Amino acid sequence: MTAVASLGGTSSDGTSSALAVQARGLTRRFGSILALDGLDLDVPAGSIFGLLGPNGAGKTTTIRILTGLARQTSGTATVAGVEVGLDRTELRRRLGYLDQDPRFYGWMRGRELLEFVGRLIGLDGRDLRDRVATMLDRTGLTSAADRRIGGYSGGMRQRLGIAQALLNQPTVVFLDEPVSSLDPEGRRDVLELIAGLRGEATVVISTHVLSDVERVCDRVAILDRGRLIAEAGLERLLADHVRPLFLLAPEPGQDAAVAKLTARLRALPIVTEVAAGPDSVLRIAVSDPAAASADLLAAVVDVGVRVASFERIRPTLEDVFLELVGHPTAADLDGRGFVRPREVGE
Amino acid sequence: MAGLVPLLRKELVEQWRTLRLPVIATVFLLVGLSSPLLARFTPELIKAVAGDQFQIVLPPPTVADAVDQLAKNLGQFGGLIAILLGMGAVATEKERGTAALILTKPVSRAAFLVAKLVAIGVTLAVSVAIATAGAWFYTLVLFEPLPIGGVVAAAIFQWLILAAWAALTFVGSTLTRSSLAAAGLGIVAFIVIGILGALPTVGRFVPTGLGGAARALALGIDGPSAVEPLVATVILILGSALVAWLAFRRQEL
Repeated sequence: MTAVASLGGTSSDGTSSALAVQARGLTRRFGSILALDGLDLDVPAGSIFGLLGPNGAGKTTTIRILTGLARQTSGTATVAGVEVGLDRTELRRRLGYLDQDPRFYGWMRGRELLEFVGRLIGLDGRDLRDRVATMLDRTGLTSAADRRIGGYSGGMRQRLGIAQALLNQPTVVFLDEPVSSLDPEGRRDVLELIAGLRGEATVVISTHVLSDVERVCDRVAILDRGRLIAEAGLERLLADHVRPLFLLAPEPGQDAAVAKLTARLRALPIVTEVAAGPDSVLRIAVSDPAAASADLLAAVVDVGVRVASFERIRPTLEDVFLELVGHPTAADLDGRGFVRPREVGE
Repeated sequence: MAGLVPLLRKELVEQWRTLRLPVIATVFLLVGLSSPLLARFTPELIKAVAGDQFQIVLPPPTVADAVDQLAKNLGQFGGLIAILLGMGAVATEKERGTAALILTKPVSRAAFLVAKLVAIGVTLAVSVAIATAGAWFYTLVLFEPLPIGGVVAAAIFQWLILAAWAALTFVGSTLTRSSLAAAGLGIVAFIVIGILGALPTVGRFVPTGLGGAARALALGIDGPSAVEPLVATVILILGSALVAWLAFRRQEL
C-alpha cells in the first residue's frame, strides 16, 4: 500500500487543485473485451463528480476498481491518497460505497444494519448509537429504523445504502447509479441527499441520465467504451457540447413535403443539423435558439407542411454523447425523435 | 483480523434469526432421539411387517446397536446438513452483493471467512450436542447408561467429521459464485472420502476414520487409535480454511 504524501495535483484541464481521486492509464480487460482503455481521471477534492456514459461505458468497472472490489489490468489509481487494490483496509477506511443495486440482509432491521456497519468501522457504545441516529435522521429513515429491511421500498433501500456509505465519514463516496431504479419521488429524495453532501465529502456518482448530473454535479467526465471522451465543469460541458434542439412532428402522409422541408431547414444558417426519425419526426439542432423558432416555423409555413407538434426539447446525455462521438442517425432515434439509449455492445 | 468480532456476532445472530440454527438443531434432536428407538424396535418392526409367513431370526438389540444407529444417522443426515450449511456461506453473499457491502468496509477478508466458518462450526456443535444428549437419554431409558465422558468425546469426533464436510464445501463456496457448484464439490468430497474411509490402510487417515474411535469411546470399550484420523481431520479443516482464504484474498467481488 502506498500513501501519497500530498493530495495536491493537477487535473487534466490544467486546473491545480487537491485531487480526491487520480487515475492514470487505468485499463481493464475481460478476455477480449476492453472495459477500460487507459483511463485518466482527476476528481477534485470536495466536488460532486459525475461519471457519465451509456451502459457498458466502463463506469461501474471504474468504480469497482477504485473501491478495491476489482483489479485493473494495468495503470494506477489513488483514492484519498491511498493506492487502490484488493483487500486494503486503509483504502476502505477512507471511502464509502453504494452499489447500483444495493442488497442488504433482509432479516436485519435498518438500525441493526447501520449498527453492524458502525462496529465494522470501529464505533461502539454511545458514539455508535449517536452516529446511527444521526444518519437515520439525515436519510429520513428514523421512523422505519426498526422495520426489517426485507420490507423496505427501493427508495428506502437506496437511502439506507447512502446512510451506510456515509457512516464512517468518508473522504470519498462512490455511488454507482444511485437513482436509476427509483421512481420520481425517490429519485428526488436521493438526489437531494447527495446534493447535501457538498463540502462534506468528495462524491463520485455514476449515471447515464444527464438531468441527474445537472441537479447535483459540479464536474463531469463522460466515458464511452472505456475511454474518457470529455471531462469538464458542468457549465463548460453543457456550453461546449449541448446544442439547442427542436422536434417537429408533421402530420402523416406528407413525405414529399417533409423531404422538401428538410432540405429547406438544412439551408437555414441557424440550423446545424437535421435528423429524421421514425414517422418523419425531424430533430433539428440550431445555433441560435432565440431566432430559431421563428425561422423554423416560417420555413414550415412556406413549404406548407401540416404540423402535429413543434417543441423545444431538453437535450439528454445521449445528445451530448452523440455530439462527442458522432452525429445521430435514424437508427439512433426513438419513435418520438429522441435519441434512444445505447445498449452494451451496440 | 480487522472486524472479526462484529462479523462473528452478525453470523451467529443470522444463524438464529434466519431459523437456520433452530431448524437444524431440531432435526438433529429428532435424529438423536430416533436412533436408539430404531435400534431397540427394528427387530420387532421387521417381525410385524413380515408376519407369520417368514421366520426371521434377529439377535436381541444391544446398546452397541443404539450407538451404531446414531453414528450412521449423524453421518448421513448430518453430512448433508453440513454441506447445506457450507454451500451458500460465501457464494450467496457474492451473488447477492452483500459481500461487496461488507468488504468495502475496513475489515479483512480473512475475518470475513473465519467468522463464517466459526458460525457454521457453532451451529454444528450445538446440533451435535443436542442430538447426542437426546440419544444418550433414550439409550439410558431403552438400554443402559453410556459413559458420559466417552459419549462427549464421541460427539466431538462426530462434530469434527461434519465440520470437515462443511469446510470442504466452504472451499467450493469461496471458489465459485454458485451455491449448487459448492454443494457439488461437497458431495463429491463426501463420496470420495467415504470410499477412502472404507479402505483398510487409507481409512485411518480420513475424517470417517474417527467413527471407529468414536464408537469405542461411546461404549467404553477398546477401539482403534483416534490419533491419525484426528490429526488428518484437523489438517483437512485448517487446510480447507487456508485454501479458501488464499483464493478469496485475490478474488474480485
